[in-house]
Amino acid sequence: MSIYGIYRINFCKVKYRHLICDNGKPIRETLNADIPLSVDHWRYFASAIRAEESTMSELDIHTVSLNLKEPLGVIGQIIPWNFPLLMLSWKLPPALATGNCVILKPAEQTPSTATLLMEKIADVFPPGVVNILHGFGPEAGKPLASHSGIDKVAFTGETTTGQLIMQYASKNLNPVTMELGGKSPNIFFNSVMDADDAFLDKAIEGAVLFAFNQGEVCTCPSRLLVQEDIYDAFMARVIERTEAIIQDNPYDVNTMVGAQASNDQYEKILSYLEIGREEGAKVLTGGAACHLDGDLANGFYIQPTILEGHNKMRVFQEEIFGPVVAVTKFKDEAEALEIANDTLYGLGAGVWSRDAHQLYQIPRAIKAGRVWVNCYHAHPAHAPFGGYKKSGFGRETHLMMMNHYRQTKNMLISYDKNKLGFF
Amino acid sequence: MNYTRVAITEAATSILDQLKAKYGDLIFHQSGGCCDGSSPMVFEEGEMYLDESDILLGQLDGINYYMNQDQFDYWKHTHLTVDVTEGRGASFSLEIPLGVRFIIRSRLLTPEENSELNN
Repeated sequence: MSIYGIYRINFCKVKYRHLICDNGKPIRETLNADIPLSVDHWRYFASAIRAEESTMSELDIHTVSLNLKEPLGVIGQIIPWNFPLLMLSWKLPPALATGNCVILKPAEQTPSTATLLMEKIADVFPPGVVNILHGFGPEAGKPLASHSGIDKVAFTGETTTGQLIMQYASKNLNPVTMELGGKSPNIFFNSVMDADDAFLDKAIEGAVLFAFNQGEVCTCPSRLLVQEDIYDAFMARVIERTEAIIQDNPYDVNTMVGAQASNDQYEKILSYLEIGREEGAKVLTGGAACHLDGDLANGFYIQPTILEGHNKMRVFQEEIFGPVVAVTKFKDEAEALEIANDTLYGLGAGVWSRDAHQLYQIPRAIKAGRVWVNCYHAHPAHAPFGGYKKSGFGRETHLMMMNHYRQTKNMLISYDKNKLGFF
Repeated sequence: MNYTRVAITEAATSILDQLKAKYGDLIFHQSGGCCDGSSPMVFEEGEMYLDESDILLGQLDGINYYMNQDQFDYWKHTHLTVDVTEGRGASFSLEIPLGVRFIIRSRLLTPEENSELNN
């Protein structure tokens, strides 16, 4: 990987301003999240591999052990459609930096991003090192995941496909890493409202981040837990901020929430709004499709929605993957943790407080791989990201990701001229 | 009265019939999680390893509908209807090349259904 390649990615971003919109996300987000984060991940792994050394131990006076990291070989990667550029930029750089060849399958809903990026950077890599495989899941994804010539599969998606990929990997005795989504709790303790200041303003935005990327984020903070003594006052501010969201043409830099990526996602979200109501959830704001005029009339727009209910409802337990948050209240730390951990998943979580003790103890007790503390949806390259429980295993981002793409060669060297004496 | 946990629309049955003609025996497995999760997946029978942790919710058009036990614990108070919509899902589900996607429409079980099915 060359710095030249990285800058080529950077230079073609003008084109990407338009391409990334093909999944409906607003350009405001593309410019401020997808592109800068993607470039950062390429730069990070290009630097991390240069800063790395193997290890050597002298086991005794005549024996030296060398531990060398070697690539696994050919990596299959299957990425989703919610961040077509960023997910590619999470998966490709660590696999390439560690010396592997990659066959990457983009999602069928968003094929153009990977293709156009590769057209720009293909000549940076030797032929055959990076391969983009397009096609439908049953016809391209499954053969890739089950092929005996693949040495490892890295997958981001949902649980049933994850289970199938692990099943195929078991036939080939291959390692896999899985990122399978979540139902992330975002917990607000009463001290956030001790002052009406910049921090409270940040906390309110933190609660409204459920609508970021139309809610199509694995770590969407889709369960909002608010301490009961601030519940009414805090939620009034959250509702006000949610209702101020501008939902319009994704190409307008002022648009905050765009359209859902596809009709089937749109229909799925609407079906969850229905079952939420049937289970008795109260709609605090939103709760329906959003009908815009003109060219946008047939767009897959959903109003940012807040549903109030309890944690046993299906809207609290299933990943809706839309701009929908389910809110409930808790009385104390114990109840907050009980609700937060009552889920099949464990990918992300948020904890907001001005209490220094809570800021350490609560995150430690949450069963999730990433706990954002007084922030949310930050994704720097140098912080490991991945799931507990049914959210998967293995990590993405951070230099520890490189070890998911390689194996250790141990060279055990004897400098002793004398025989063992057995034979 | 024999109540059911799952049902299927005519439109979905027609897609399923096309798939049966092409692939033979099939199963449904309810997915959870990210992206294309929370949707039913249809596979050739024998494709997916199933065991006692996969609950059989019922049969649709002769096809078994499974869900993992721990997911079922959160879903069992609801009735599921498999429908189909235009769309472009990303998973290994067999209907995807047809440009359609199976989706679930849910309702609460009635008290009568609930007492028969969940007791």
